[in-house]
Amino acid sequence: MTDAISVARGVSWRVLHTFFTNKAFLLPSVAFPLFFFTAFVGGLSRITQVPGFDFPTGYTSFQFVFVLLQSAAFAGVFTGFGIARDFESGFMRRLMLAAPNRRGILLGYVVSALVRWATVAVVVTIVALLAQMKVGGGGVDLFGLYTLALLLNLAGTLWATGVAMRLRTQQAAPVMQMPVFLLLFFAPVYVPLNLLQGWIHGVASVNPITALLEAGRGFISGSPELTVAAFAIAAGLIVGFAAWAVRGLRRAEAAG
Amino acid sequence: MTATALVQTAALGKRAVVRTGRQPANVIFPLIFPMLLFAVNAGGLKAETRLPGFPTDSFVAFALAVPFVQGALLATINANVEFARDIQTGFLNRLALTPVRGIVLLFGQLGGLVTIAVVQAVFYLAVGLAFGVRLQSGIGGAAMLLLLETCIALAFASLGSWAALRTGSTEAVQGLFPVFFVFLFLSSMNIPRNLIEADWFRWVATVNPVSYLIEAVRALVITGWDWQTIGLGFAVAAALSAVGFALATHALWNRLERT
Repeated sequence: MTDAISVARGVSWRVLHTFFTNKAFLLPSVAFPLFFFTAFVGGLSRITQVPGFDFPTGYTSFQFVFVLLQSAAFAGVFTGFGIARDFESGFMRRLMLAAPNRRGILLGYVVSALVRWATVAVVVTIVALLAQMKVGGGGVDLFGLYTLALLLNLAGTLWATGVAMRLRTQQAAPVMQMPVFLLLFFAPVYVPLNLLQGWIHGVASVNPITALLEAGRGFISGSPELTVAAFAIAAGLIVGFAAWAVRGLRRAEAAG
Repeated sequence: MTATALVQTAALGKRAVVRTGRQPANVIFPLIFPMLLFAVNAGGLKAETRLPGFPTDSFVAFALAVPFVQGALLATINANVEFARDIQTGFLNRLALTPVRGIVLLFGQLGGLVTIAVVQAVFYLAVGLAFGVRLQSGIGGAAMLLLLETCIALAFASLGSWAALRTGSTEAVQGLFPVFFVFLFLSSMNIPRNLIEADWFRWVATVNPVSYLIEAVRALVITGWDWQTIGLGFAVAAALSAVGFALATHALWNRLERT
């Protein structure tokens, strides 16, 4: 276990050093969530006037929850891109030879993804508060919201890690990104679930991210709903993708 | 332009098309991604049609304009990444040693990109029609739509070619994608400008040229022959093309001088 932690510390330090010192990695990670937040809140706030839209704390907080969850999931996906890059450059092969406990490699990437997302979350939250976002929930509610996002970040990282470990090429980026993008956007992104009509309502109703999104919006408005379901789904995603990532690591080891 | 130059332009344009066609990711992604965003927005924002003053009952028809602009953008990024690769690998330098005129290199590249974008536009139009969208401007409007798409693609392509020639770097051209994406999202892509509530966003959308490109395509779909909006779209596309072409030509001269 000590071996795994020391490997994890080394891997996460390296990833975070690259992230914080290279603008090409740092800026898109921070700018994209801010950009979506700006575009959705600025462009679509009139949608609150649609009959039936009754979110109590306004459109800014409604969209903030989506952007927070999206940034969490995509911080994980971007970490997967980095793993694929490490495979292509040959660094991962050397790392696997040197690491006394290779599960520490996984742990290191997971920790770095958490720190990456935490950085983005701080920036997005500050911007949202500057944009006069109303918060109806108390401290416990907000803790629930950020914990939910953190769990989604963990799930996203494990998913992308599993893909990167299996395909070991940067060309796998769409495979990591597209399912996450679809799951996020086939949820009630712009309006509450009850205002969706037709096929998108059917898809959103069975989409696991919908529960996370609704629970998050419940937390920020101070009227928690679907809390147990959301945490159960997040836990299920983490368990499933952890197995996926560990098996991916075994495949990468077997491939040499 | 002489007959020889035309033959050379056609050959280079064909090369740009064939090279893109041989890479499935460069063909499938620009077809599928705009359609996914179209599906997401058409489904998720359908409630917008219940806003007073919304110009149509069909959000699918309203949203159909976006894939045309986004598809042109994606096609031009992908193809210009290949153009930058030609520079990185030295292919452009070798080509410059042949009797091919510099301007022909640019025309060939742009011609290839526009061809790809128009093929994509036909696909988007077919999908829209399959989902029940009927162009208010009729069959003539479909032809006008493809002509407008040609101009839009030419505008993005010339700007992308400038980036490729100026930097000679595939990463730099790929880096244009987020920039174009920002322009797309900060436009009237999801809601008419007169219905945007936030003043600052309405101002941004008004000064954003992409709004006029989208609105011209949208006019042909949901309004009909609104000449003012359509003309504005063509004018913006022409202006962007002129600027992009001037910049690309200048960058080409500089690059050929260095060769």
